[in-house]
Amino acid sequence: MIRVVLPHHLRTLARVGNEVALDVKGSVTQRAVLDALETAYPMLRGTIRDHTTRERRAFIRFFACQQDLSHESPDAPLPEDVASGKEPFLVIGAIAGG
Amino acid sequence: MSRVRVLVGTRKGAFVLEADGQRKKWNVSGPHFAGWEIYHVKGSPADPERLFASQTSGWFGQIIQRSDDGGKTWHQPGTPPGEPTKTTDGMPRGESNKFAYDSSPETGKPLTTHQWYDGSQRPWEFKRVWHLEPSRADPDTVYAGVEDAALFKTTDGGQNWKELSGLRGHGTGPQWQPGAGGLCLHTIIEDPKDPKRLFVAISSAGAFRTDDGGTTWKPINRGLRSSYIPDPEAEIGHCVHRIALHPSRPNVLFMQKHWDVLRSDDAGDSWKEVSGNLPSDFGFVIDVNANEPETIYVVPIKSDSEHFVPDGKLRVYRSRTGGNEWEALTNGLPQSDCYVNVLRDAMAVDSLDKCGVYFGTSGGQVYASPDAGDTWAPIVRDLPPVLSVEVQTLR
Repeated sequence: MIRVVLPHHLRTLARVGNEVALDVKGSVTQRAVLDALETAYPMLRGTIRDHTTRERRAFIRFFACQQDLSHESPDAPLPEDVASGKEPFLVIGAIAGG
Repeated sequence: MSRVRVLVGTRKGAFVLEADGQRKKWNVSGPHFAGWEIYHVKGSPADPERLFASQTSGWFGQIIQRSDDGGKTWHQPGTPPGEPTKTTDGMPRGESNKFAYDSSPETGKPLTTHQWYDGSQRPWEFKRVWHLEPSRADPDTVYAGVEDAALFKTTDGGQNWKELSGLRGHGTGPQWQPGAGGLCLHTIIEDPKDPKRLFVAISSAGAFRTDDGGTTWKPINRGLRSSYIPDPEAEIGHCVHRIALHPSRPNVLFMQKHWDVLRSDDAGDSWKEVSGNLPSDFGFVIDVNANEPETIYVVPIKSDSEHFVPDGKLRVYRSRTGGNEWEALTNGLPQSDCYVNVLRDAMAVDSLDKCGVYFGTSGGQVYASPDAGDTWAPIVRDLPPVLSVEVQTLR
């Protein structure tokens, strides 16, 4: 299972706890994880990626294994530790404001 | 006995304030959607237990929430509780938050750009829903005014939204330019006697009217004068802040423009200024007494560069003559060291006798007057900055 950690406001929207577990078929990529997330929690559609273009929203970042994966190709494989469930895939609301 | 329910949208959540017809003792619930900007909450006239809320965030985008029990519980209409989260062909649901501009060639003129602050052209880009206007007759039909300015409509209770693209496409769209708050469609009024007639207002493009349910539109800005545009009497480009009407007289409109208070007696075909003796004719809100069609309310703001009330005094001004002659209403409102603003969607009236008047401030106070403005008292004093106030009269 893939572990995904959501920011506070998206946990509230999806009515989930700190972490959700997703079954991802095939290659574990950013796109595959987000597709699985939105299928399981459709209320999150449009909150992480644009409804139409499916591009990451400007103030959202993706971290895993101490790396910033936000600018990686959505079809690039995620780190093996994410694919194995050892490490979570983190969806982060970028810090802005005071 | 009659009750009132005041729906408050703030920078950090929504609040529901309820009282009986005396409007003295209030029950406060909230924050709902804590931490999110709630631009607007409004109830359906056709089903007062059905409420719609615009929940928005610069990080996470636009969410539409619906309550079917008067604000006790909420859900996103695209994913009703207990229903499958996928369609029969396996696609995830949750489309209720999707506001996609109409770009189809079939509907005529899918505009792709509007004017930016510097005069260049920019693509239309959805940012948020400013205003939700439930239909007077059908609880499943709601209009949404959005930034960048466009009008959307749902006929299935908020599950799907479709743009009424005739507004952006009627011809003047490329000249529309954002005001300081963005290029937003913030006012939607359904004519109480003719549901095919809608009035909308856009900052800073002006006011527009359709007489065929949203297919075709025309600007209705004749008589407006704005010194901040190259041609002060241009057909469009005016920063209209708010329009209001009395249900018994839908041809009589009242407008608070960026500067100037105006009225129209011909459904917007022409306007005349009625600012009269106001201490400042800059402001955002305007509303009409539910029992007296010639009694109107504004809250003068000092200027567009000083977004607070003049002289440190929070004063509602009332005209009983449909404009021009105004009296200050101060009883119960702070009259020293007050520097709050009252935003365009942050005033509402109930339909009791006497008419209740409500408004919310940038300082987080929501004030109520149970006697048409003669006396005021705060319902709450310390909410986040208030973006919108609506009221339902429940009988």
